[in-house]
Amino acid sequence: MPYIPHTPAEIREMLDAVGAPDVEALFAEIPAALRPRSFDLPKGATEMAVRAAMEKLSAKNRIDLTSFLGGGFYDHYVPAASDLLLSRGEFYTAYTPYQPEASQGTLQAIFEYQTAVCRLMDMECSNAGVYDGGTALYEALMMAVRHTRRKKAVVSETISPIYRIVLATYTKNLHLDLVVVPHKNGLDDFEALTAAVDGDTAAIVVQNPNFFGSVQDFTALFDHAREKGAVSVISCYPVLQTVLKTPGAMGADIATAEGQSLGLPLSFGGPYLGIMTCKKSLVRQMPGRIAGRTKDAAGRTGYVLTLQAREQHIRRQKATSNICSNQALCALRALINLCLTGNEGLTRQAARSIENANYAAWKLSSIPGVQLLNEAPFGNEFVVVLPINAKQAVRSLMDGGIVPGFPLGRYYPGLSNALLICCTEKHDRADIDRLARRLENAL
Amino acid sequence: MSTVFSKSVPGREGVWPDEPKTAPIDFIPQHLLREGDAGLPSLSELDVVRHFTALSRKNYGVDSNFYPLGSCTMKYNPKFTEEVAALPGFARLHPLTPQLPGGGDMSAGCLEVMHETERCLCEITGMAAFTLHPMAGAHGELTGALMMAAYHADKGHKKTKIICPDSAHGTNPASAAIAGFEVVTIESKDGIIDPAALAAVIDDETAGVMMTVPNTLGLFERHLPEIVALCRKVDALLYYDGANLNAILGKLRVGDAGFDVVHLNLHKTFATPHGGGGPGSGPVGVSERLIPYLPISRVQKDEAGRFSLSYDHPKSIGYVAPFYGNFGVVLKAYAYILRLGREGLIRVSESAVLAANYLRARLAEAIEVPYNRICMHEFVASAAKLAAEKNVRALDIAKALLDKGYHAPTIYFPLIVKEALMFEPTETESKDTLDQFVADLLDILAQAETDPEAVRACPTSLPVGRLDETYAARAMEITDDL
Repeated sequence: MPYIPHTPAEIREMLDAVGAPDVEALFAEIPAALRPRSFDLPKGATEMAVRAAMEKLSAKNRIDLTSFLGGGFYDHYVPAASDLLLSRGEFYTAYTPYQPEASQGTLQAIFEYQTAVCRLMDMECSNAGVYDGGTALYEALMMAVRHTRRKKAVVSETISPIYRIVLATYTKNLHLDLVVVPHKNGLDDFEALTAAVDGDTAAIVVQNPNFFGSVQDFTALFDHAREKGAVSVISCYPVLQTVLKTPGAMGADIATAEGQSLGLPLSFGGPYLGIMTCKKSLVRQMPGRIAGRTKDAAGRTGYVLTLQAREQHIRRQKATSNICSNQALCALRALINLCLTGNEGLTRQAARSIENANYAAWKLSSIPGVQLLNEAPFGNEFVVVLPINAKQAVRSLMDGGIVPGFPLGRYYPGLSNALLICCTEKHDRADIDRLARRLENAL
Repeated sequence: MSTVFSKSVPGREGVWPDEPKTAPIDFIPQHLLREGDAGLPSLSELDVVRHFTALSRKNYGVDSNFYPLGSCTMKYNPKFTEEVAALPGFARLHPLTPQLPGGGDMSAGCLEVMHETERCLCEITGMAAFTLHPMAGAHGELTGALMMAAYHADKGHKKTKIICPDSAHGTNPASAAIAGFEVVTIESKDGIIDPAALAAVIDDETAGVMMTVPNTLGLFERHLPEIVALCRKVDALLYYDGANLNAILGKLRVGDAGFDVVHLNLHKTFATPHGGGGPGSGPVGVSERLIPYLPISRVQKDEAGRFSLSYDHPKSIGYVAPFYGNFGVVLKAYAYILRLGREGLIRVSESAVLAANYLRARLAEAIEVPYNRICMHEFVASAAKLAAEKNVRALDIAKALLDKGYHAPTIYFPLIVKEALMFEPTETESKDTLDQFVADLLDILAQAETDPEAVRACPTSLPVGRLDETYAARAMEITDDL
């Protein structure tokens, strides 16, 4: 039997030690009436057969197209060394570091991860990661609600619409008032956001670059929020953080991010990494695991999970959050990737992505009938408005081997002709020229 | 060991992409750009490789050490599933693909994996439908609690409470509270739920009961039928914490037993590596009456055998995750199910339960096992006597085990046993390993009688000894910059 080492003779010896006549006797407490009505699964198969079946399934996915899909999830290059280091069984097959002396590898890596993301986001404190960027944003909102004891949150419509739906799902039974401030041509409506943040507001929630790719400065808005006693929450794209004005410099209280772009495969949506950072004053409200540095009796430096008094395994229903796992392996992957590229490498990755996107925007907007949604500066992603429905354009380009981007009409009904286009350092000018040529032909 | 930041040497080159022809300042005005660099380390590839290799050697994983960590099901993770998850057709597919026009066909392989995994999980648990979206067990609990809330709201019920027995996982009450419910705790009797205690608190305002079966003592909840009947009477939904499914494959189906919601921890029963604390995957199964409230999207297969995602479910609780759960983890679990098949999965539980009972029987001679009867996949011992007589506590025994090359069992959990040590050997450990473990643990217990000081001094063979956790909480050095 695969992976089970017990021989019939050993099974007999073990049963004798237990005093059971047979294995079935071990399940005698489950009454006959509760036994399964069926357990109709296929017969087991060899590793070779299962592997072949899975290869066949993977081949049904189309990854041979040149893709400009982004929307918060990006195909960046991952150095080979990162996969190989990650696959070491001591990391890969470990559990949560409940026994710190036997888990210094995981704990020091978490500590280093916390340091790296704090530096990247220019913030003071970080946890060891939560499920994904959407969860991180929701947990940030709840931190603000607990901290301020207020029940209203002002959310810009320019944050990922996917995250907005997640926030609505989680807060439905909590009597929170989510005020969504509409976008203005793909840009944040600063006037309306400022007006909406008042003395009852727990949090202001924004994103940089926003979902349309635009790069903005929220400093004044965050200043206003501070005056009103509200918590400023910003969701970021981590690869661009070596280049863009940081959450810390803007005065954000909590900065979150989807860590997928830091070396994690797209993998059809997960596992990803929710990055959560905050100011020191809010750290006791931050959910999830945090590693801290300390010493043993002999004075040797070591690491432990700390501030655990907030957690579900101690506080049960009074816990800060119900989250139990922490995506440690994904955090490790991000850390290794950040170390391999370093400051210079990540900056180049960001600059190349921005360069490619700006070239693409220039190229596409010179096609007759195609224009940029707005004139604001952007990072590696931008929106073009087509003379035809964007879904129709996507369909016809896909037939020619290109996924030109994401049609925005799905989440922004007024923008059915708008297409969100992303570039990374993996694109080259030839890819972009081909995109422009095909789009021009399709119109 | 020094941190990766202190090893940084300015000017040293890592893995760099080509230099761009332009700079961000050519496109983005100065006031929107970062001042100063981010302070990431400058290292060579070999520096990074040595650093993380050295770190890995300070860790215990299942690949290197026996890990009898109760309630965590740390069994062997087959290696071929890693190759499966890394296949470019899966690893490189963008999650927005199925939301494009014609995108269902472009992601047909992934959608088929999801569809088939849901079908397998339905058959394994006897539930009517599954969602793969929740990204961990506790996330599944929250998803379940949100669906319970949506069901009652839709029926016009005023339900404010969820009942959690003290023998349930600690995340259950936390998840119920996060979903907006008031939590009522009931005490166990003889290690299992007492139907009389439940009858005393269950009422019309009870939205549901969250149970862990087998419970945290490793015991089967013998009064299940009475508990189901009590719930039916007030239309309370019954939630099954399926984290311990490793004990009951082919022996009990949650759906057949009358439960309405169950979450599974795929990383446990279906053997995907947990990576030092995640990722996991916590699919949720529901009975017929909860299907309308499942999160969106849902995978569909039409008569022609084509797959797509559907979003038009007006009673759905909405998105619990941006996409479709931790697909990479689901993929490994699916490959594991295919590999073992029906007989293999049944054998998993039989062998896991046999191994736990064998270890219990062998250890019961030397240490108190408060509920020393047939257990499921795990059992709880108590060091209370040793603590009282020799001042050697569960924690000390745990640290002594680390010195002998084992990861320690779960300690001080469940809270209802004093000086608890919870052992879960799993089905993948050989009898030789279990025998050696028993011999080593007996050595430790013998030493605790003759030289308790030595046991309290453990561990002595690891990179660090016992760490000052009070200092860590007070000083809060949580980055390298303080």
